Amino acid sequence: MLQAAAFYILASTAVISAFMVVAARNPVRAVLFLILTFFSAAGLFVMLGAEFLAMLLVIVYVGAVAVLFLFVVMMLDVDFAALKEGFLNYLPLGGAVALALAAILALTGIGWVTADTAATSLQAPIPADMSNPQALGAVLYDRYVLFFQLAGLILLVAMIGAIVLTLRHRDGVRRQNIARQVGRKREDAVELVDVKSGEGIG
Amino acid sequence: MLEIGLGHYLTLAAILFTIGVFGIFVNRKNVIILLMSIELLLLAVNINLVAFSAHLGDLAGQVFAMFILTVAAAEAAVGLAILVVFFRNRGDIAVEGVNLMKG
Repeated sequence: MLQAAAFYILASTAVISAFMVVAARNPVRAVLFLILTFFSAAGLFVMLGAEFLAMLLVIVYVGAVAVLFLFVVMMLDVDFAALKEGFLNYLPLGGAVALALAAILALTGIGWVTADTAATSLQAPIPADMSNPQALGAVLYDRYVLFFQLAGLILLVAMIGAIVLTLRHRDGVRRQNIARQVGRKREDAVELVDVKSGEGIG
Repeated sequence: MLEIGLGHYLTLAAILFTIGVFGIFVNRKNVIILLMSIELLLLAVNINLVAFSAHLGDLAGQVFAMFILTVAAAEAAVGLAILVVFFRNRGDIAVEGVNLMKG
């Protein structure tokens, strides 16, 4: 009973806030609703027994991705009213596609059966005597370690790519050149002049 | 109705996926919301994977969901970087002008 109530509250929050992400006028609001969607999805993950993924969702999405979105939304000086202009034009097409997709998914849901071999062909059965993060780690660092390394590589490439894309050298900006600064000789900067008394430097 | 099973989660994921696709079609002028719609699609897929993982008692689904999370984070970072560069060059973020990026 409690489980059902929790599921319906979290699920309806997720669906409503997901719709608000799509329909929001103001992108900042859309980002905030995205955060709400991810929070409720994290709650659902906890209900499913995937606690580690739930925490990961909160940390990675709410802590990093959503903040990144928020940064970009606030950094770009966009006329947000103009962005919504085409909304009504595209509404029929978008609605039709969404309806068609929903119908296809509903058909799949109706005509769907579990394969006989599904129960016997488990890749990594959930161990009964371990907590979820422990079990996940045991399988991730053992069986899926190559994929884990590959994921790290993807993140590295994404990081370098993002830096390379957004780096720009502007002209006329004074920068510190440490090599020049350190390599400077006394002779380059200081000149000793013998001044005769009463004449000054000409 | 009160017994929450696999079907409930799959239905929720299907609804979220549909909303994400709808968002991609409707927000043609705003790449930021488009990227957020893609995040919604990936979230729907993740819910599916975790639901099946819990239903079948197989951890592989959760491992895979974690990798999807990784790729989604990388995709968001690169996508937003491209968006910033695009905005610097054009002054707006409408998708209609994206074919300018062709070399």
